[in-house]
Amino acid sequence: MHEMSLAEGVLQLIEDSAKTQNFSRVRTVWLEIGQLAGVEVEAMKFCFDAVVNDSIAQGAELVIIETPGQAWCLHCAEVVNVKALYDACPQCGSHQVQVTGGNEMRVKELDVE
Amino acid sequence: MCNVCGCGAGETTIDGKAVEHGHGGHFHVHADGTAHDHDHSHNHAHDHEHAEAKHMHYHLHEDGSSHEHVHDHLHGHDHQHSHDHDHSHTHGTTHYGLGPAGAHAPGMSQSRMVKIEQDILSKNDSYANDNRSYLAEHGIFALNLVSSPGSGKTTLLVKTIEALNNGMKLAVIEGDQQTDNDAARIRATGAPALQINTGKGCHLDAFMVGKAMTQLALNDDSLLLIENVGNLVCPASFDLGEAHKVAILSVTEGEDKPLKYPDMFRAADLMLLNKCDLLPYLTFDAELAVANARRVNPDIQVIRTSATSGEGMNEWLDWIKAGCSKAVSRKSIDGR
Repeated sequence: MHEMSLAEGVLQLIEDSAKTQNFSRVRTVWLEIGQLAGVEVEAMKFCFDAVVNDSIAQGAELVIIETPGQAWCLHCAEVVNVKALYDACPQCGSHQVQVTGGNEMRVKELDVE
Repeated sequence: MCNVCGCGAGETTIDGKAVEHGHGGHFHVHADGTAHDHDHSHNHAHDHEHAEAKHMHYHLHEDGSSHEHVHDHLHGHDHQHSHDHDHSHTHGTTHYGLGPAGAHAPGMSQSRMVKIEQDILSKNDSYANDNRSYLAEHGIFALNLVSSPGSGKTTLLVKTIEALNNGMKLAVIEGDQQTDNDAARIRATGAPALQINTGKGCHLDAFMVGKAMTQLALNDDSLLLIENVGNLVCPASFDLGEAHKVAILSVTEGEDKPLKYPDMFRAADLMLLNKCDLLPYLTFDAELAVANARRVNPDIQVIRTSATSGEGMNEWLDWIKAGCSKAVSRKSIDGR
């Protein structure tokens, strides 16, 4: 359940920016979660709701933008799409692939008042 | 495509209603080179019928000639605009789509959008960076040992410490949800050990480790072994500031563990295939386990070990010693 820690991290970022940006309520939170980030979206939503209780983000809607997994295939020398960390290159079947995208976990923006 | 009204695609709606704009004085240059200037009010769901007339058309043709005409018409034309140009709108449209979100939800004001763009783990990562620079300044080589519960981490650690104890300064941070049994086992070897109980937590984080490092009063040019909570999932995401994560997989587990828990084996630089003395009694395919680990992480190094028979221990100890000397020499280079 490291989604719980991640949700706490999200709340921490929100509370930090509430101080610098002067807002007292958060209505929507946009997260960018890569397909390869090892984050279960449903668990994240569940944990987020639990964590933000009694905070400035209580009841806030969580919008998760999922970004596709991408990797650099050494054989093909190009960027290919992968769905999991252990995926082979969909073109040549090689496992000599370096993940280049889709492992991000970011708070993108907030709708606040 | 025009990203206010979606003209060219004709599918943007708000609450099911097509968006209508009054366009005035449009000058379009199309991909095919034609250009026209028109003044009209229209609903940009193309395939449109102009009920209203009086168009001022300015055409620039491919052959270079151009003409200008005013005509009255009532027509239904198949208007195939390939609107992939950047046109700047100067008419009075509030463009929500150009805001930070690149989109807009009904009832939300753009002015109250706060851009964050920060990694969720940025707090942990900043603590990890503090730890890492402290370790670098003091020439300390830190390893984060991760595995599932029962892979033989602590036993391997005890044997490792016993082998290194004469001549190398080292300290151990033990992570478990409850009890200080593991720290007690380490302390029995004479090495200083600190137990972190994470309570309900499933992993160590960089803040906990930073605090433990201060309490342990680490020696310069020493080895720090961090035994993470037995868990192949969460510790993968939390950087502690260590030089390497070392994943321990025992042969009493499945060969497919690296595929089942790919994040961890991807995050690790070294895999210890442990309890190898038991291989004759098991159907475990060691080659397959290594191949699976390499599928997830082509660069992972593998050492086959057994704390019981001592197999692979020298290779593992040499690997640690090499890391320690590197940390020490880096310190003297950076310190100059």
